[in-house]
Amino acid sequence: MSAEMSAATGVFAPAPGAAPTVRMIRAQALLETRMLLRNGEQLLLTVVIPALLLVLFSAVDIVDTGAGKSVDFLAPGILALAVLSTAFTGQAIATGFERRYGVLKRLGASPLPRWALMTAKTCSVLVTELLQIALLVVIAFALGWSPHGDPLAVVLLLLLGTAAFSGLGLLMAGTLKAEATLAAANLVFILLLVAGGVIVPLSKFSDGVQSVLKLLPISALSDGLRDVLQHGAGMPWGDLGILAVWAVVGLAAAARFFRWE
Amino acid sequence: MRNEPAVEVTGLVKRYGTRTAVDGLDLSVARGGLTAVLGPNGAGKTTTVEVCEGYRRPDGGSVRVLGLDPVTDGARLRPRIGVMLQSGGVYPGARAEEMLRHTATLHANPVDPDLLIERLGLESCGRTAYRRLSGGQQQRLALAMAVVGRPELVFLDEPTAGLDPQARHATWDLVRELRADGVTVVLTTHFMDEAEQLADQVVIIDGGRAIARGTPDELCRGGAENTLRFSGRPGLDLVSLLNALPADTAAAELTPGNYRIEGKVDPQLLATVTSWCAQHGVLPDRLSVERRTLEDVFLELTGKELRA
Repeated sequence: MSAEMSAATGVFAPAPGAAPTVRMIRAQALLETRMLLRNGEQLLLTVVIPALLLVLFSAVDIVDTGAGKSVDFLAPGILALAVLSTAFTGQAIATGFERRYGVLKRLGASPLPRWALMTAKTCSVLVTELLQIALLVVIAFALGWSPHGDPLAVVLLLLLGTAAFSGLGLLMAGTLKAEATLAAANLVFILLLVAGGVIVPLSKFSDGVQSVLKLLPISALSDGLRDVLQHGAGMPWGDLGILAVWAVVGLAAAARFFRWE
Repeated sequence: MRNEPAVEVTGLVKRYGTRTAVDGLDLSVARGGLTAVLGPNGAGKTTTVEVCEGYRRPDGGSVRVLGLDPVTDGARLRPRIGVMLQSGGVYPGARAEEMLRHTATLHANPVDPDLLIERLGLESCGRTAYRRLSGGQQQRLALAMAVVGRPELVFLDEPTAGLDPQARHATWDLVRELRADGVTVVLTTHFMDEAEQLADQVVIIDGGRAIARGTPDELCRGGAENTLRFSGRPGLDLVSLLNALPADTAAAELTPGNYRIEGKVDPQLLATVTSWCAQHGVLPDRLSVERRTLEDVFLELTGKELRA
């Protein structure tokens, strides 16, 4: 009855080892991006909603966007929304469910180090944002958008915004239950969409409320992008500073409190 | 280095809050063999394995896996081991084949994923999203992911739970092949036949401690009285029969005409019983020699009551 003999075939003869780190990160980033693009709800959030809002609010005068073409006001806000949807909402929901389904746990036993997994996730977020931004910029140009300003300032704002939202999204995904993350991430998305200067100018709110809302990462990102792209301002240090603080606090808290299982 | 055990656990203690899941457990796994960790639900099997995999930090005792500390040397250990979790571990939207290929990409010298897909009968679901696979298909994919990196040591946590007989045999064949190729295998199970079929060494754990260990043969033999049963005419003279048998043998008529003899059942005892029957004009019908199964041993050691 004891162990039946089986002929050695050599197929499984041990030859362990990790693949080169760069290859692992590239494969992981591609897999994460494919998972994101394959998920219908995520696509709705990251592509359909920003594109629809841009077209709708540019074509129909629903909100008073001040002087000038409404697309010049809207396009920077929608770019900020794209960053919010991918780096925060999308990443929080996906990571929350990966944690719940043991994906993070299983990857934790693979040769891929945790820092490399987080690097791959960041690459995947950046790739998705590039695709979003390319699409939204094409739509905005079709609507008559005429951007100004320093591209370097725009890139800095987008990167710091991504870092800030990633930290907050991972903090949520790593501490709450997956269902709670799903609900909270969507709620925050809607609240920030309305109250973060994305499509409604902050000047519509009372002064007191405005001074608080201005400190939100979404407001800093949309305000900074608007200063540069609509008004051709120089480096928006104030907004960059707000985003940097959110990024440091969010990423540090995520690193401290993230639970992998 | 080659001679040291693949896994060496000494006095392991692991608590979750006030509950002690593992309570002074010792476990030694020789290189190249297959060790089955057998125990009822909640015995501490998964906790023990997850400490060895580096997922949990021990509260006491020492753990060495391939000579390394799974917590502090995790980065060096992980590429050398294969892990099959009890459930989950795959992106719900990932296709079976995609996930296996991806896992292969993380390793330096992987097994050809196509070969594993064929061997485990996963051809029909290569393009199917993980969440749409049956439980058995998910299990086999997890097994394939555990071995695709050509590890020295694999931990399989209940690899055949919920599998149909065909899938179970496909899994057993693969596990035997791993062993034949020199891979050290540690598997947890609560199926006795699985441990009997596959294991070189069985460790029975209960209440967070190892309560018995040995080869399946040793465990079934050790301390066990073997049993001989036969049927015949009711009311045979058992005193006369016992006089012909060694002193420590017992005999009983369980129901009229059904007899059980317990003792050291060897060829001599069998010959004595049959010749006694011949002398008394009895044809022993349905004569059978029984030995303890691992299940008997297991139930004796862990008790028969059902547990949560």
